[in-house]
Amino acid sequence: MNGLLLSLRRILVILTKELIQLRRDRTTLGMVVMIPLIQLVLFGYAINTNVRDIPVALVDQSNTTLSRVLAQTVEATQVVRFTERYAEIPQAQEAIVAGRVRAAMIIPADVSQRLARSAAVSPRLETPPATDGPTSRPVAQWLVDGSDTMIAAAIKGLRSMPLAELLRKPANRMTPTFEVALFFNPEQRTAINIVPGLVAVILTMTMVMFTSAAIVRESERGNMEMLINTPVHPLELMLGKIVPYIGIGIVQTTIILVLGHLIFGVPLDGSLGALAATTLAFIGASLALGLVLSTIATSQLQAMQMTVFILLPSILLSGFMFPYEGMPVPAQYIAEVLPATHFMRTVRAVVLRGAGLHEVAFDTLWLVGFMLVGLLVASLRFKKRLD
Amino acid sequence: MTEPVIEVRGLTRRFGNLTAVADLDLTVEPRTIYGFLGPNGSGKTTTVRMLTGLLTPTAGEVRVLGHELPRDAERLKRRIGYMTQKFSLYDDLTVVENLRFVGAIYGLGRRAARQRIEVLLATYALGPLRDRRAGQMSGGQRQRLALAAATIHEPPLLFLDEPTSAVDPQSRRDFWERLFDLVDAGATILVSTHYMDEAERCHRLAILKDGHKRADGAPAELMAAMGARVVEVEGADLRALKPQLAALPEVVSAAQLGSRLRVLVHDRIPDPVAWLRDQTLDPLPTHLELVHPSLEDVFVTSTGEERP
Repeated sequence: MNGLLLSLRRILVILTKELIQLRRDRTTLGMVVMIPLIQLVLFGYAINTNVRDIPVALVDQSNTTLSRVLAQTVEATQVVRFTERYAEIPQAQEAIVAGRVRAAMIIPADVSQRLARSAAVSPRLETPPATDGPTSRPVAQWLVDGSDTMIAAAIKGLRSMPLAELLRKPANRMTPTFEVALFFNPEQRTAINIVPGLVAVILTMTMVMFTSAAIVRESERGNMEMLINTPVHPLELMLGKIVPYIGIGIVQTTIILVLGHLIFGVPLDGSLGALAATTLAFIGASLALGLVLSTIATSQLQAMQMTVFILLPSILLSGFMFPYEGMPVPAQYIAEVLPATHFMRTVRAVVLRGAGLHEVAFDTLWLVGFMLVGLLVASLRFKKRLD
Repeated sequence: MTEPVIEVRGLTRRFGNLTAVADLDLTVEPRTIYGFLGPNGSGKTTTVRMLTGLLTPTAGEVRVLGHELPRDAERLKRRIGYMTQKFSLYDDLTVVENLRFVGAIYGLGRRAARQRIEVLLATYALGPLRDRRAGQMSGGQRQRLALAAATIHEPPLLFLDEPTSAVDPQSRRDFWERLFDLVDAGATILVSTHYMDEAERCHRLAILKDGHKRADGAPAELMAAMGARVVEVEGADLRALKPQLAALPEVVSAAQLGSRLRVLVHDRIPDPVAWLRDQTLDPLPTHLELVHPSLEDVFVTSTGEERP
């Protein structure tokens, strides 16, 4: 019992020491606030998967009123913007190679005949048979730089745009095959999905970075030789070092979610208890991961490099940028090991879908397990010897 | 007869192919200051680290304060103080914060720590600096703080690894006064150094060279038993005289000290002054005088090295 009390006091004094050092390190303290602030504003505005205003070229071989109206109708979708006009197709291809435009629309000379027979204008009850050459001919052609799949997909989306109003005919109501009801983000704003994900990315970055440097710094500044000569236990040292950063993690999460709510209208529907539980579990897991790195790295520079090594997959594989389900299975296994993947699920579930503790229990417990294993590994790896 | 504080038999440590410490035997009696004298790279720090349990010996038996090492290293840590070669407290904490930190790590109670810190601040003249950050203090002040921190839990055994390498002579003198106070209060101190004047203050010392112990004993004993006698030679052209003397097989070493040459003559020569006068030297020395040996002479004869 007395031993436990002594242990607690040691943890407390290491914690106090870390806080004093942190308070005197103005740069780090500034980063604690500025990193989430700047990244939230930057990414919240910048990351946008709704592609708009793609610069494209127009090759109008028909040069009639109809072709001009057709071009205007396409531009009115706001997906593309005609920035260049060419007489010949090769010129347009050159512009694509040079990167001046991402695609080119070619309106053939016989556009009016094609349009008159097109299904897009006068959809009949029956689809025209595939053998019926003249009627199944498209109205115009797109040449697309398909290397960027997101841009290609946006232009592909134009393939079946309705053209009825072009000929001042009443638009036939299209009956869609499926009806889609969009829950949670009906306006399809990217920021809604990005902001909670940013919590995971920023916490990964700052939590792993701070703690991975924590132990190495003591060695680099020569304090470690003194510390390992004292009766301090490795686990006491580890706990004392990470506890202050839990507070920092909570501050950062609050900044991101509250500002995300105020600036980008990200809902905060879920239970605060579930949010707190899963966030704390993730902070703990990230800190433990940082400590493990800290026992491997021999300099602060190495610790920083390892942080980046963890950070990149945490951004790219965790489901922050691309849907987890779309990745190949081996990549999913890798993603499954990263704490960020689990937190990405829980934080989005709680913040966006109003999930409760029950729904996020599995991933949260996984994070707690990760933290415990990490702490154990770190304190086993930490040697109170110099050899 | 009290038990020795440190007993070491056959202590050896290898780093790959390099043998840093070879077959070292040591006995340190309580309430003494025991010195390790040796040039850089002679194995002083490695030995100190093995004696504190920081390094595992490749071979040999170590008993420190009755604890078998490396097995009992953790238990030993509560009973020793260690002042590292490089300042190892926190630069961005103040004097009091550093002491409070170390005190709590050693498990001192809140009230006990507060009293102890006040005593230490007074003893080591740190009172006016109590709220100064360690990073902004001079070498001497930092060294006093380091000693205060190393003794906060009143350890019976204190290890000091080159404690005064960054300190001016006056501070060094004061520092040694504090060390004698500690010994007077019952502590045993093991100090490593490459300064002769510091080594001379030790009760006993061991001379280390390339990981081997070349001599050990009280400084006076070492001087008496060094196997050579010291003649100071004055003459016209000392730079020309020195190589001639050094070439003689009976001369252990010759070194210039200002306007004199300090010549160590092997003690198989019964009267070194007369013997030197009989040598054919050019130019002939004008004045020859037998003088008392210094610790530096002991160091030179036992390590066979030029003066450091």
